[in-house]
Amino acid sequence: MKPGWEAVIGVETHVELSTRSKMFCRCPVDVDAAPNTACCPVCLALPGALPVPNEQAIEDIVKIGLALDCAINERSLFYRKNYFYPDLPKNYQISQYTFPVCEHGSIEIEAEDGPVTVGITRVHMEEDTGKSTHVGDGGGRIHDADHTLLDFNRAGVPLVEIVTEPDLRTPEQARAYGSELQRIVLALGVSDAKLEAGSMRFDVNVSVRRTGDPEFGTRTETKNVNSLRSLQRVVAFEIDRQVELIEAGGSVTQETRHWNEETAQTAAMRSKEESEDYRYFQDPDLLPLEVSEPWRDAILASLPELPADRRARYVEAGADAAAAELLADSRGLSSRFEEAVAAGANARTVAIWLTGDVVAHLRRIDGDIDATVLSGDHLAELSAMVEAGELSSSAAKDVLTATIDGEGSPRDIAEAKDLMQVSDVGEIEVAVDAVLAANADAVAKIADGDMKPMGFLIGQVMRETGGKADPKVVQQLVRAKTQG
Amino acid sequence: MTDLADLTIARAASGLRTGEFTAADLLEAVMRRATMTEAQLHAYLTLDHEGAATAAEEADRAFAAGQDHGLLQGIPIALKDNMCTRGVETTASSKILSGWVPPYDATAVARLRAAGAVITGKTNMDEFAMGSSTENSAFGETRNPWDTDRVPGGSSGGSAVAVAAGSAFGAFGSDTGGSIRQPAALTGVVGMKPTYGLVSRYGLIAFASSLDQIGPFARTVEDVVLLLEAVAGFDALDSTSIDEPTPGFGDALRTGVEGVRVGVVTELMGEGIDPEVRAAVQATVDRLADAGAAVGEVSLPSSEHALSAYYLIAPAECSSNLARFDGVRYGHRSSIEGTTEDMMSHSRAEGFGPEVIRRILLGTYALSAGYYDAFYGQAQKVRTLVRRDFEEAYADYDVLVSPTSPTTAFPVGERAQDPLAMYLSDVCTIPSNLSGDPSISVPVGVDADGLPVGFQIMAPALGEQVLFQVAAEVERLVDFQDRARLATSDEVKP
Repeated sequence: MKPGWEAVIGVETHVELSTRSKMFCRCPVDVDAAPNTACCPVCLALPGALPVPNEQAIEDIVKIGLALDCAINERSLFYRKNYFYPDLPKNYQISQYTFPVCEHGSIEIEAEDGPVTVGITRVHMEEDTGKSTHVGDGGGRIHDADHTLLDFNRAGVPLVEIVTEPDLRTPEQARAYGSELQRIVLALGVSDAKLEAGSMRFDVNVSVRRTGDPEFGTRTETKNVNSLRSLQRVVAFEIDRQVELIEAGGSVTQETRHWNEETAQTAAMRSKEESEDYRYFQDPDLLPLEVSEPWRDAILASLPELPADRRARYVEAGADAAAAELLADSRGLSSRFEEAVAAGANARTVAIWLTGDVVAHLRRIDGDIDATVLSGDHLAELSAMVEAGELSSSAAKDVLTATIDGEGSPRDIAEAKDLMQVSDVGEIEVAVDAVLAANADAVAKIADGDMKPMGFLIGQVMRETGGKADPKVVQQLVRAKTQG
Repeated sequence: MTDLADLTIARAASGLRTGEFTAADLLEAVMRRATMTEAQLHAYLTLDHEGAATAAEEADRAFAAGQDHGLLQGIPIALKDNMCTRGVETTASSKILSGWVPPYDATAVARLRAAGAVITGKTNMDEFAMGSSTENSAFGETRNPWDTDRVPGGSSGGSAVAVAAGSAFGAFGSDTGGSIRQPAALTGVVGMKPTYGLVSRYGLIAFASSLDQIGPFARTVEDVVLLLEAVAGFDALDSTSIDEPTPGFGDALRTGVEGVRVGVVTELMGEGIDPEVRAAVQATVDRLADAGAAVGEVSLPSSEHALSAYYLIAPAECSSNLARFDGVRYGHRSSIEGTTEDMMSHSRAEGFGPEVIRRILLGTYALSAGYYDAFYGQAQKVRTLVRRDFEEAYADYDVLVSPTSPTTAFPVGERAQDPLAMYLSDVCTIPSNLSGDPSISVPVGVDADGLPVGFQIMAPALGEQVLFQVAAEVERLVDFQDRARLATSDEVKP
């Protein structure tokens, strides 16, 4: 960011819940079904149809709210947000306005410049719209389209909106927030949170001001940002654009913009002459939503471990911070890590294996960890062998990949491949004596204070033992015998 | 000799069980009556001859097989055209829904079918239930059988007339501001608005969701009870449906009014109420007192603002409820080419009638940023005050009474061009909609022109028992001889 400037960023995130049925009817949530087959009178807004809330969706939003440290309103209200659009069947969206299900939360994120606490203004429940496909010469844009195809399978899918306070300051922080939120939603199991598929998407508000200025600048809102990378780029682009604009004597217009991935720019959306008036009013078809304290407490008790807690636990167990993050983000890796540690493995070693060697090998063979036989017990066995000096750390890596490839248990593989390390001093001493006897020149040089041949001698002993001797023992013996 | 079409439901139900006549006979009688009267009255938009015949056959088969699904089995019933009927055109009297055939039954309709009722067809109404005369129909007005130059009231005018004229034994309508009770009063039949939430609204084409309630029309209080019992009760498809077991109401019909505290609403007995109507209501109150009721006067001070509040709340909700009629998924679509927005806007302009457009505009305005607090917000406060008035009144009284309508049936066209005069037709009925309480209109006499006068009885929420108790006593005391050729005698023409 240009010196002397500060950005103020807030993010609104929409998360499609992966409940079995829709928010206000019992249609299946199946947006990929043949167009307009996962629909009924309610989600098509036929005359006379009425909404009935989905209890599972309420439980899910309460989970999200609790994970974000929100207060859960015992009584929250559904409102109608009125606007006309062809893929909005009722021409109003059932949403929330005053008294959302969850309010006043916060989330701790770890950005490059340190930890940041981001306030969560509200988490509210609403329903998704149908999907418009604009057909014609406009490349999918409505104003050049010849006609529009409508698919209402998505209409009425439960949608949770999570709104932050304007607490973010940099593009990196915005990304870190998006990323942590995605992790939380995935850990809760309430959504598949696929950014590329649109089941999680961001609207990002950005304004800039001179450092120290207590007033906020005029903000823009960039809608439907669908990757973490884009989230970061949108913010960076908007900051630069707005700073340049103001420095050139212009001013920022409050407007809605969209992000063009190809040009890597935001552009103003066609704005209507008047600002939209949604004419919010409480939906008379729905009673106030009650989340009783016992229900809330039961949901709280059922919450899984959150990503931040899991990472902290892994670090405490011995993993380094980077490995802990990678492990916590992967169900397959974390389950094996936990099994191995529970079986007594060295946490630090196993964390490095899983996030380094295992991930690299899986990438090489283009495999999924859950499709392999690799278990936590395998890792624990391997760890024990290394700890006991039975296997060198480099041999351990070979054994690990062979285990993944299904060649057997680590011990069987190590034995079959003759990789078990010799740590017996007597056995190694025989080899050392033989090498020293055969290299009298080198021994003489060392005696004169020239240490260069030391490595050569150690190498010779390793070769003599077929690489199985414990290098530490070899080194000790060679030193002792040459330096007296 | 009495025509079968003039029997009460209770009498017809007993005849079906003794084998005196069949469901097919009853259907034939009401269809014959319809053939005689429809050209003049236009109570129906759709007469479902085929569907009704099938249902009557099924009912007769059930009787023959000894299966009895309740007292409505085999009884011809008419439905207001805003209740969705699977396979039968449902338009809410609007051009925008002309030709629309619902793929599903409203919950009330499904319950009637399950009870073996024979659905005769769909009755005319003010478009989307907006009106008090059944003149605001895209398909022509309905006329009053007592005087065909007069309106039958509305918006459920078709249902009221079908019952008054004998082209149905009973009917269902919807009441948002008086749309059942006022036409019942103007056509000399019994019409009842149940407690909000007692009858599921699922499948009722919404006008104003927080006020709409489905309810029955019949020629006697007892028949109204039979109809209500068939449709009342919790429905998981309507979130506002009351989740409590529904008691039977029949026991209340014979208990009399000894000691029942009856409050006459002073605000609804003064200015603006036709003197003949007031006199008929007062005479009824006196008879109740003679029969042992404890009669007093009670004030509902907020009722003077109820009408204004209603005409903000109902349009506000309708502006949103009717947004779905956009020509995109069903209903009328304009042939004018243009953008999607043009298509939606032209479809609506062409599909909606003037009163509907007026209310959508009014409601949109009332909800707009900057006006919400002054209009919609204020109206909601009045609604709260009306509820409080009722609560206070019910501390001292078991039921409240008033005229149902300030006047008897008015001439066709008289108020059509004067919305405010039309809106005033609902002044007595609207308070019960705002409070969500049950209310019934019972015919108690005729004016000098021979037009029926309705007597309104109101009770607290879920006070249907006491409501029917008083209504049945009024019916007995008044013995409304002038009502539509009603017969309970044994002398029937098979």
